[in-house]
Amino acid sequence: MSFEQILFYVFAAILVFSASMVISVRNSVHAILFLVLAFFTSAALWLMLEAEFLAITLVLVYVGAVMVLFLFVVMMLDIKTATMREGFARYLPVGIIVALLTVAVMALAVGQRHFGLEQMPAPIPHGADYSNTRELGLLLYTTYVYPFEIAAVILLVAIVAAIALTLRQRGSSKSQNVPDQVAVRRNDRVRLVQMDAEKRK
Amino acid sequence: MIPLSNYLILGAILFCISMAGVFINRKNLIILLMCVELMLLAVNMNFIAFSHFLGDSGGQVFVFFILTVAAAEAAIGLAILVVLFRNRHSINVADLDSLKG
Repeated sequence: MSFEQILFYVFAAILVFSASMVISVRNSVHAILFLVLAFFTSAALWLMLEAEFLAITLVLVYVGAVMVLFLFVVMMLDIKTATMREGFARYLPVGIIVALLTVAVMALAVGQRHFGLEQMPAPIPHGADYSNTRELGLLLYTTYVYPFEIAAVILLVAIVAAIALTLRQRGSSKSQNVPDQVAVRRNDRVRLVQMDAEKRK
Repeated sequence: MIPLSNYLILGAILFCISMAGVFINRKNLIILLMCVELMLLAVNMNFIAFSHFLGDSGGQVFVFFILTVAAAEAAIGLAILVVLFRNRHSINVADLDSLKG
């Protein structure tokens, strides 16, 4: 067994273990931490597939932003774990059976027979001067520039929607009254005073 | 050398684990959202494996877009979750029956 294979199987085992812990632990905070572990190990697997830019993006964007968002929300909400676990044991057998059946069917479809090394030979590894980021950038800003712009708009919509959903008007918060500001006249603000000049003493 | 089928089966296992998670955690909305994230991770794994073995970087661009959309989805989903908790003081899926669906 080569070093590459050992690495793959170790990372795959950690990934499957952490994914099954995500769906089975009692505490939501622990589930999120196991999800972070799953993202880290899949970033390592993506590095083995020479997708360096996406591996770093997964760690920075997913672990750094999205998972922290999840953690914040879980810690803000007061969740009663006991009622949340209702039906866990009841649906566990059917869940396991459906998952095993689906894995078996998918493994038949994508197994060694159709996607083994004979059908899909491993590509020659790139040299040290190859830059995955440069390659992706060349594609992203030429062929895929229109989807790239749409992705930017989607992120903008997400920002606006998240703020609009969670913004709460409180009585104590200070804000500007825009209609009043626009409707103001000169006479409301400026008062001309006519008075004699003062004499020097 | 690791064949492509190993990566594809790993993606399939990951997808099925998250599917089982949707089955057994059907009360907790946060775990359901996390299962969706895991499913997207499994799909991304397939995209990157195929992109590596076919020598086509287009698959990685797609993963880039999936990551973008998944981040937007997580942000909006969590915002809805917070609003829901403020209004109903619960994120139990069984309590969300006011539409009588």
